[in-house]
Amino acid sequence: MTQAAMQKDRLLFEGADWDFSTLQRIHDACEEIAIGELGLDVYPNQIEVITAEQMLDAYSSTGMPLFYRHWSFGKHFAHHEAFYRRGMRDLAYEIVINSSPCISYLMEENTATMQTLVIAHAAFGHNHFFKNNYLFKLWTDAEGILDYLDFAKSYIARCEERYGETAVERTLDAAHALMSHGVHRYAGKTRLDLRQEEKRQQERRAHEEQMFNDLWRTVPSGRKRDAADVDLERRRAALGLPQDNLLYFLEKSSPRLQPWQREILRIVRHVAQYFHPQRQTKVMNEGTATYVHYQIMERLHDRGQISDGNYFEFLKSHTNVVFQPTFDDRRFSGFNPYALGFAMMQDIERIVTDPTDEDREWFPDIAGRGDPMQVLRGIWADYRDESFISQFLSPHLIRKWRLFQLYDDPQMSEGILVSAIHDERGYKRVRRQLAREYDIGWTDPRIDIVDVDLAGDRRLLLQHRAPNDWVLEDSETRQVLQHLADLWGYDVMLQEIDGAEKVVKEHVAHPREIRQKGDLFA
Amino acid sequence: MHIIDRRLNPRGKSLENRQRFLRRAKDAVQQAVRRSLQSRSIRDVLDGGEVSLPIGGMGEPSFRRAEGGITDHVLPGNRAFVEGDIIPRPPGQGAGRPKEAGQGDGEDGFRFVLTREEFLSVFLDDLELPELAKRRLSETEEMSPVRAGYSISGSPSNLSIDRTTRLAMMRRIALKRPKPAEIEALQRQIDECENEETRLLLEAELKSLTERIRRIPYVDPLDVRYRRFDNEPKPVAKAVMFCLMDVSGSMSEHMKDLAKRFYLLLYLFLSQRYEKVEIVFIRHTEKAEEVDEDTFFYGQATGGTLVSSALAAMRSIIAARFDPTEWNIYAAQASDGDNSYRDEAPTGHLLKHEILPLCQYFAYIEVDEEGGDSLASNSPLWRLYESIRPSAATLAMRKVCRKNEIFPVFHDLFQKRSTQTKAVP
Repeated sequence: MTQAAMQKDRLLFEGADWDFSTLQRIHDACEEIAIGELGLDVYPNQIEVITAEQMLDAYSSTGMPLFYRHWSFGKHFAHHEAFYRRGMRDLAYEIVINSSPCISYLMEENTATMQTLVIAHAAFGHNHFFKNNYLFKLWTDAEGILDYLDFAKSYIARCEERYGETAVERTLDAAHALMSHGVHRYAGKTRLDLRQEEKRQQERRAHEEQMFNDLWRTVPSGRKRDAADVDLERRRAALGLPQDNLLYFLEKSSPRLQPWQREILRIVRHVAQYFHPQRQTKVMNEGTATYVHYQIMERLHDRGQISDGNYFEFLKSHTNVVFQPTFDDRRFSGFNPYALGFAMMQDIERIVTDPTDEDREWFPDIAGRGDPMQVLRGIWADYRDESFISQFLSPHLIRKWRLFQLYDDPQMSEGILVSAIHDERGYKRVRRQLAREYDIGWTDPRIDIVDVDLAGDRRLLLQHRAPNDWVLEDSETRQVLQHLADLWGYDVMLQEIDGAEKVVKEHVAHPREIRQKGDLFA
Repeated sequence: MHIIDRRLNPRGKSLENRQRFLRRAKDAVQQAVRRSLQSRSIRDVLDGGEVSLPIGGMGEPSFRRAEGGITDHVLPGNRAFVEGDIIPRPPGQGAGRPKEAGQGDGEDGFRFVLTREEFLSVFLDDLELPELAKRRLSETEEMSPVRAGYSISGSPSNLSIDRTTRLAMMRRIALKRPKPAEIEALQRQIDECENEETRLLLEAELKSLTERIRRIPYVDPLDVRYRRFDNEPKPVAKAVMFCLMDVSGSMSEHMKDLAKRFYLLLYLFLSQRYEKVEIVFIRHTEKAEEVDEDTFFYGQATGGTLVSSALAAMRSIIAARFDPTEWNIYAAQASDGDNSYRDEAPTGHLLKHEILPLCQYFAYIEVDEEGGDSLASNSPLWRLYESIRPSAATLAMRKVCRKNEIFPVFHDLFQKRSTQTKAVP
């Protein structure tokens, strides 16, 4: 056999065409590298080939293969479709679902090179991230999600049959409006079991006996707290206030909801919780997937499994994906998570394998460790965007991207202040600020339910912490509060509180009289 | 690893969601569809097409921060700034963070494409022919199949598997068809049997059983049953619409355009909504003629005006082809209101005593120049009809001067009415 023929023999595919055995071959080749060389740990893969219309379908129902029915998904579909038809927007090459088996959708139009790229990117990059990142481990259940969505879909369909589409739609509308504030941000404390509780109590008693000193009795105590304070505290404790998970609170404590409405709130809440980790790991998730596909494609090419021509095709779309326009570019629309993530991953690889003195000073833990994949796998498991950037954005990258920070105070009539640039004094500030922009605890408005007037008119009191004059958008807030009031069944008040604990704005909503089948008060 | 080909899955997975969205946005879609009627030629409109909706009422609100406040952000691509520089704010743009593209994009100008069916159903929603009362059986009957038990012959697609297997089972039990298990058991007995004599006996028994099985089939042609359908005649309402249009010299181009637009809407409405509606086109000058659809809409003719000629033509066509006891008869007349003086008495007489008693509904549209007053008219025909109206509840009158009034008037004339209330002028 001649050398050329041998080379040809090694190729996974030729040209742009593919069929199912090609996909299988591509997957196996990628798997060999991903598992064998990169040491990735993935859920079993399921690859589904779909049409453009099905891709649009998937878009409009948040990417999930099955979802309950709601008009808003129809709206998104019509919206995406209109853009797609007029050629204003391309469809994504892939969608990948955090489930086990991990489902990746491939578009039928993609060329063989693109399919390879997508398989490497989604079926191995994202897949590894889903399976190993701590946020996903903590908050999502990859094995159960598809079954749960199936349950949700049929449950909501049954509710529609029994209680009418309008009633269900109204509940879903309200729940969707509160979806962004329907997640647990912190892992709940684990419930202690009774035996442990008792043991703890004994320990405390013993400790008190040991430390007993009669002198304490003579020390003058502070002002006695009055009854109202105690009452408030007890009430708050009973209702679990303050509570930032609005949907959870309504599901558990709203007096006027029907059992099926509580279940619907619960479904929406679970869905929101499932997507919560993805919102916090955009940069890392895409960075990981992009880094992985780049590694796999490069190695496939090195082994002669991809021809030079196809490799160039890959490089072209890869460069498009990781393109970051500068701030004064017409195309600029914020940071591209693919670009930022990929650049940081590559930078970490550089620090691990070939560090400068600066790197050794900034990253003593990882500089020069020699095995980039081991370091990266650890990072992928233990960080989210905010902590990732605040730990690993290096001065080298800040210089390379020429990052700078703007401080914009509307009171300052002269203009916008450049508060830090890519120099010795600026690195840390730029890095802290960029990390903050990826902290959804900081960027999302923080709203807590703080009190319920149980003795009086049952008015629900919410507070929005609005430092830096970040008040809420007026008309939308009114609409959301209306939904909230409908679910609560009594008046609702939202106070906006600025940094100095001063109430700057108040919104009030009264519940609409909803007369529906099965309403207790109808 | 699994590879699944989903391309063959049924299409239109999100159709249900789309319909819900359209239902939700119904008012807005209707507005948009009507707006698009004015700007486009009606023939184009029929193909469906893109409509643009205001987003109000369909927004999905959430707690969001308003623009403004003190903000900090990091940007890439610094060229010349150093720390402490102050950049003047770009003019026209208020203070605050630069608008994040991709977020509100296209939300206010929400455009999307309606299919032809969706377009027509929105467009023709809540329209109907009033008083479609006479329903009866006629000789060219519409048949509808009705279930009528089972038969022993029929087409394979009507095979009733249920009934067939039940009968087969009854027969098998009645004729004691041996079960496969029995034969197996016997075979096993034979295999294990050591006594030659009993073995022979058993073998004989087995032979008779297998023969029996062969004689008594599992499913016999006797068992087969088919679902039977009888055709039952269905009463239908037959309706005819007379379109009477004045094409005399006094009608200006603008008026003719208005009248034709009106009839196009009517034609569209009838042909889409009712399968069984005949449409008769009559145009008249000083004499009337029945024409086909193309001539009616696109033909050129001119002359004097004798309204009674059209009514007379309508009367003779009814007498010849449409028995008023069987047909629901409708008429829509469009004219500029001119009529020759000597024709007034015959027209009034014809309409009042011969046409109106036969009609379920008679709509009169008066078209006028662009600047006209669409609320009042002083034309001879209008005055004449006005005098007849008090005694004829089925007569409705409207006046149209501008293109954009066509649809409201049309809609008003043919919208669904709960009871007997008629359109009032």
